[in-house]
Amino acid sequence: MSSANLDPTLETQTVSSTAHAEEDHRMFGFIVFLLSESIIFISFFVGYTVYKTSVTDWLPAGVEGLEVHDPLINTIVLVSSSFVIYFAERFLHRDNLWGFRALWLLTMAMGSYFLYGQAVEWMSLSFGFKSGVFGGTFYLLTGFHGLHVLTGVLLQGIMLSRSFIPNNYSGGEFGVAATSLFWHFVDVIWIVLFLLIYVWQ
Amino acid sequence: MSNAPLELTPPNLQPQPGAPDNWRRFFSFSTDHKVIGIQYIVLAFIFFLFGGLLAMVMRGELITPDSDLVDRTVYNGLFTMHGTIMLFMWTFPMLNGLANYLVPLMIGARDMAFPRLNAAAFWLVPVFGVILIASFFVPGGPSQSGWWAYPPVSLQNPTGNLINGQSLWLLAVALSGISSIMGAVNIVTTIFRMRAPGMGWFKMPAFCWTVLSAQIIQLFGLPALTAGAVMLLLDLTVGTSFFEPSRGGDPVLYQHFFWFYSHPAVYVIILPIFGVFSEVFPVYARKPLFGYKVVAVSSLIITGLSGIVWVHHMFASGTPGWMRMLFMFSTMAISVPTGIKVFAWVATIWGGKLRLTTGMLFGLGGLSMFLFAGITGIMLASAPFDIHVNNTYFVVGHFHYVINGAVVMGFYAAIYHWFPKMTGRLYYEGLGKLHFALTFIGLNLNFLPMHPLGLQGMPRRVASYDPEFAFWNVLASLGAFLLGVSTLPFILNMISSWVRGEEAKDNPWRAIGLEWLVASPPPHENFEQIPVILSAPYGYGSDEPLTANDPTKELASELSES
Repeated sequence: MSSANLDPTLETQTVSSTAHAEEDHRMFGFIVFLLSESIIFISFFVGYTVYKTSVTDWLPAGVEGLEVHDPLINTIVLVSSSFVIYFAERFLHRDNLWGFRALWLLTMAMGSYFLYGQAVEWMSLSFGFKSGVFGGTFYLLTGFHGLHVLTGVLLQGIMLSRSFIPNNYSGGEFGVAATSLFWHFVDVIWIVLFLLIYVWQ
Repeated sequence: MSNAPLELTPPNLQPQPGAPDNWRRFFSFSTDHKVIGIQYIVLAFIFFLFGGLLAMVMRGELITPDSDLVDRTVYNGLFTMHGTIMLFMWTFPMLNGLANYLVPLMIGARDMAFPRLNAAAFWLVPVFGVILIASFFVPGGPSQSGWWAYPPVSLQNPTGNLINGQSLWLLAVALSGISSIMGAVNIVTTIFRMRAPGMGWFKMPAFCWTVLSAQIIQLFGLPALTAGAVMLLLDLTVGTSFFEPSRGGDPVLYQHFFWFYSHPAVYVIILPIFGVFSEVFPVYARKPLFGYKVVAVSSLIITGLSGIVWVHHMFASGTPGWMRMLFMFSTMAISVPTGIKVFAWVATIWGGKLRLTTGMLFGLGGLSMFLFAGITGIMLASAPFDIHVNNTYFVVGHFHYVINGAVVMGFYAAIYHWFPKMTGRLYYEGLGKLHFALTFIGLNLNFLPMHPLGLQGMPRRVASYDPEFAFWNVLASLGAFLLGVSTLPFILNMISSWVRGEEAKDNPWRAIGLEWLVASPPPHENFEQIPVILSAPYGYGSDEPLTANDPTKELASELSES
């Protein structure tokens, strides 16, 4: 009889402990993934630096250099959005769901503005990705980073729509924390990229 | 109360070994780490047989000096696909399978940290396997640029098609990379976060240390190859010029990207095999692993050093002198932690009560092959010598002693050692020993002649050669066919033992370790109760108990009396 009582309790304990354990590990796993992902960018950056310092005809014929003014505005928008998403997350932790949604939507808007600005810049340029190694690396780096921004905005959209499921986000949630971390990551990458491509000319 | 443990085991989760519904699990999207482990190992072994078949066709071509058996372009495709299959579809999945099966059991976890991610990573393997093998059937045939895919050779696209051998090759390698990163995130998280209570870092089995070290290499190395592969793919498809020298690109940069990962990849492959040696020798020598802590830490030292040795593959690529000196030094330095391990294994075996089971024989064979490969490795690390034998059969002989000699032998050692645990059956020792003899003779006959060939100057990757090289080539080809034959007793042994073999007890080798405390095969979720760990699993001949409730304590003290 005692064993019959023991059985279900132990089973539920086991199930809940494994389910709980999986919750705990996701953030660790995501950070490991981001560290690995950062190596792709570092490889591209190293490749860019090697080309920039070794290729003789760096700029294609007829290209003077890159315009910095508009990309700088873009940069300021993207970097500020990191602060906005931080406060959005704090609203969520204080269970202020509407505050979270408002700031989260603002972050998405800022990310979308960045993508729009990037597209406008690409349209206005006089060189393409076939214009030597300069053109290739420029479009590779900005394009690969742009893909990450797009992924971030899409993830934010998913998290925003999930906030309308009742009680889904009571007391914080892994998806929101991971999206926010991903956004900071994309931001830091952009700062390095901006310094490498636009400032160091 | 006496039957309580039986009732605690959930029914229907553990079918009898060999029963039909047991087979079906292995073809499903199972999230059980033990099922996924065996899926990995079996699928990888099928690819190993296919890659070996390609090698036997190549050796058939090389048994005569002329190019007569296959066309030269076919030969180029054969060596490219042989290398690619053996690395990306045999060694990586096979070692992921061993890690998948053993790590959760060894650290006292119920499963991996992310079971669904684990299954997804496995099911990518047949996908990219099919893509790679499909490249045999596209116009122009498979990639012919070798497994390095160096530009500008790999940028030639004679058929002009977007879907060609080289682009399929790149796609397959990219998917393999995604699968490996998914696996690495999973394994690293599992080892960091899911060790049983009491299992500090220095109570963790040496195998887990080596797997952790290997997976850290995947995490920092693979993205660099991905970066290079993306740029190569763009060059090949949309017409950028990153590696195209005629349009200002830098082909040597690709070599840096490639070897920054692909040299450490050798350590991804060999480190878990070091772990297998460290687990197998103490069991069959009945002695604790000599210098356990040093063996454990030396794995991480190898991981660290592996990131700064890659240029030794590029001594002949116009590398400046200071770089040659630097990388010659770092490459020689990596033999120090490796030598420490070899010393520790020899000291473990020394004076032990050896039981020469098939697993132990393969372990000893793998160790001696690795020692030989290590000696030629130090020779190759020296820049003047390396430039002399660069791109000759000496290099081919060296790395086949590493990968076939040490890794494949180590794989067999692991399979024989853990076969009773995985299947609940014992294998046939006689067939196992026949397998060992054929493998050992076959691989030495195959790869030893490559060293004199290389020193005489025979280049690799050629379908025809000067008749003066004929003698050693005939020997090597005979060895290759023998090596092919050697897999037959293994396959026969595995299938017949799994179906009809004698039932194994929980711990047939009287080994110490968490995986030997559970039933054979282990039940779903592995442990009824997660054990509390008191010591590292090498307490042979001492009174040190492994876990708090301690069934091995009697084993340990019984041994010290005997």
